[in-house]
Amino acid sequence: MSQPTNVGLRSWIGYRGGSGYLLWLLHRATGLGVLMFLALHIVNIFLLGFGEEVFNKLLYLYQAPWARAMEVFLLFGVTFHAMNGLRIIIQDAFPRAWLHQRRLVAVEVVLFLAVFLPAAWIMVADFLGGAG
Amino acid sequence: MRVKFKIYRYQPEVREEPYFDTFEFDAEPTDRVLDGLNHIRWQMDGTLVLRRSCQQGICGSDAMRINGANRLACKVLIGDVGAKITIEPLMGFRVIKDLVVDMDDFFEQYRSVLPYMITEKPPPEVERLQSPAEREVYDDTTKCILCAACTTACPSFWSNRDFVGPAAIVQAHRFIFDSRDEGTDERLEVLGERDGVWRCRTIFNCTEACPRDIKITRAIGEVKKAIALKGA
Ligand code: SF4
Ligand code: FES
Repeated sequence: MSQPTNVGLRSWIGYRGGSGYLLWLLHRATGLGVLMFLALHIVNIFLLGFGEEVFNKLLYLYQAPWARAMEVFLLFGVTFHAMNGLRIIIQDAFPRAWLHQRRLVAVEVVLFLAVFLPAAWIMVADFLGGAG
Repeated sequence: MRVKFKIYRYQPEVREEPYFDTFEFDAEPTDRVLDGLNHIRWQMDGTLVLRRSCQQGICGSDAMRINGANRLACKVLIGDVGAKITIEPLMGFRVIKDLVVDMDDFFEQYRSVLPYMITEKPPPEVERLQSPAEREVYDDTTKCILCAACTTACPSFWSNRDFVGPAAIVQAHRFIFDSRDEGTDERLEVLGERDGVWRCRTIFNCTEACPRDIKITRAIGEVKKAIALKGA
């Protein structure tokens, strides 16, 4: 008699991998997030079919603070997913890049922050300025 | 130093569900985690079940999760992991008892990549010559001891037990890039399938886990490349 090892969500998060593992978990999470946004986006456009008024009401909804905050998350998701994806493509195309895994991760994080932080700042400042 | 071992237990004839047992005792920081486990087995609780043989990092039988990461218990010093040590069986295999997991599927995957020399040409009179440079190409992957630390650290394997896994790919690599071997096409065929190398998502957990410091992700990358170039 034997039973399967517990590989539930808890053990996934509990496994202590390296930076590659953390980035991969984030990659999956942001991938899912972006996908959900895309689904939402399609639904939104679809609502146009119900007339201009419905559509405008919906757009108005997206001016709400929570929606603006979500936009920053979206930016995070898209930027991170893209940067991490590029690193993985580089590593898959050049197996020798293995030797520089940690360095590549560092470069990725720096590039990500260089794109994300200013953009997020502009969005947040615009939102705060608009609200005030 | 005073140490506290928290150990995953599964004793189906006593309790249906797995549970954790804690053992406290004195140990030297220079003792290995395996020494601690032996101490528990010999002095505190003889029912604790685990695999080990060589006790010196050669046989590959005592891979387990030590404080959340796959390690060989005989290669990790207590002083390096701290006074609180949590020990669990490898993830993804079925647990038979305590820290002993069922590795049948693992060796099945290992066999699937034909891990032996395949030759068509008749043997030469003396030996099959190989230059040091040719030997160097696959040197890294000859070091594998089949401990399964890599395969059971791999998220792709956790979610799909049919994935051939890093260990089998490492073993395949060792022959694919051996200039004397002539079975490359067959192996690339196996590894090019759905549950072959393409399930690898370049996560690096295998490389971090390998007690032999094999650059596994790189080896897998080289096999991926060989398959891609072959198809091109
Ligand atoms: S590649 Fe490393 S971790 Fe994987 S089975 Fe071989 S020795 Fe163990
Ligand atoms: S007991 Fe042989 S590798 Fe640890």
